[in-house]
Amino acid sequence: MLSVAISSLVPRGGVATKRRMSSADHPSNRPYWSRAGAALGARLALPLIPGYIAFGLAVGATGASKGFSFIAVLLMNAFVYAGASQLIAMEIWPAKLTLATILGMALIIATVNARMLLMGASLRPWLGPLPWWQAYPMQHLTTDPGWILAMRYRAEGGNDAAMFLANGLVLCGVWMTSTSVGYWLGALVSEPRRFGIDLVMPIFFAVMLIPLWRGGTRKMRRGIAWLVAGGVALVVQHLVPGWWFIIAGAVAGALAEGFADER
Amino acid sequence: MNADLGIYGTYVAIFAMVLATYPMRVGGYWLMAHVPLTPRVRRILEALPGAVIVSTVLPILAREGVPAAIGIAAALASTLIRRNDFVALIAGVAAAAAARAMGLG
Repeated sequence: MLSVAISSLVPRGGVATKRRMSSADHPSNRPYWSRAGAALGARLALPLIPGYIAFGLAVGATGASKGFSFIAVLLMNAFVYAGASQLIAMEIWPAKLTLATILGMALIIATVNARMLLMGASLRPWLGPLPWWQAYPMQHLTTDPGWILAMRYRAEGGNDAAMFLANGLVLCGVWMTSTSVGYWLGALVSEPRRFGIDLVMPIFFAVMLIPLWRGGTRKMRRGIAWLVAGGVALVVQHLVPGWWFIIAGAVAGALAEGFADER
Repeated sequence: MNADLGIYGTYVAIFAMVLATYPMRVGGYWLMAHVPLTPRVRRILEALPGAVIVSTVLPILAREGVPAAIGIAAALASTLIRRNDFVALIAGVAAAAAARAMGLG
């Protein structure tokens, strides 16, 4: 999911890990694997499941309404596994698929997913000591809400890599199931426009803005960044054909927030 | 570059999406072993989700007009009253469909 501050999906008051693991338990402070950690990771995923199902249904239904085959939607869900960028991709899907139009789409997807660079960076201190063949494949399971859980677990002293893996696998399983159900539900609707299904993406995105606004520490700067993003996007939409307004607005807004010096 | 890829097009496009996603998942992890992220780069990346959403939704809103605006307003109102993604989604889609049925689009 896109909103980094998915406070909506996590019960207020934070996620209480039943057993607080301190680094003192493992003096070497190296990540390890345990059954208890896997069980904890699975249990911590539970509160996220309703939000995941809603999002999965939305993505699956959009895939059906845009005319994608079930296999294509399945591949996308399993190997891209980034719902927000999938919603955008299906919206901007080129009518004629050539290497040039695919490259253009991929650039927009990369912009949408660039936030994940930050998540991976913050996992380094925890998973860094693991061998590459464990650390790299596992991070295919990184998602916004899962990452927030992992960071909380880590902040409470957790060091069990099985927590991350089990948490990610449970969420991925829910994702694959709910997107598939959403696809078949969406396929039942013969006129997606009439029932507003074509507006699922903008509606879901707009709702995500609420936790992003509440989670921001400097509202003024964030408000200006969003104004810049929206303004640039609207102008570019008028001047440039295609979907470049997403990149232009997103980069302009993010730079505005990054370079607005706090005082 | 401009040849139509035909029946393989969809799969090439999905592969391109994977190439635009997985490296982002592990890129920061890889980079941290070599260079630390500066606070400014961190701030820019933190600002990205909101900026992406605004610059995606606003032009769509401008294009789709009143039903989209009513749908989004209904979903936002629903979320502010009671935080539930299902309720928000259904409220938004239903409001947009109703607006279209009334001929507002």
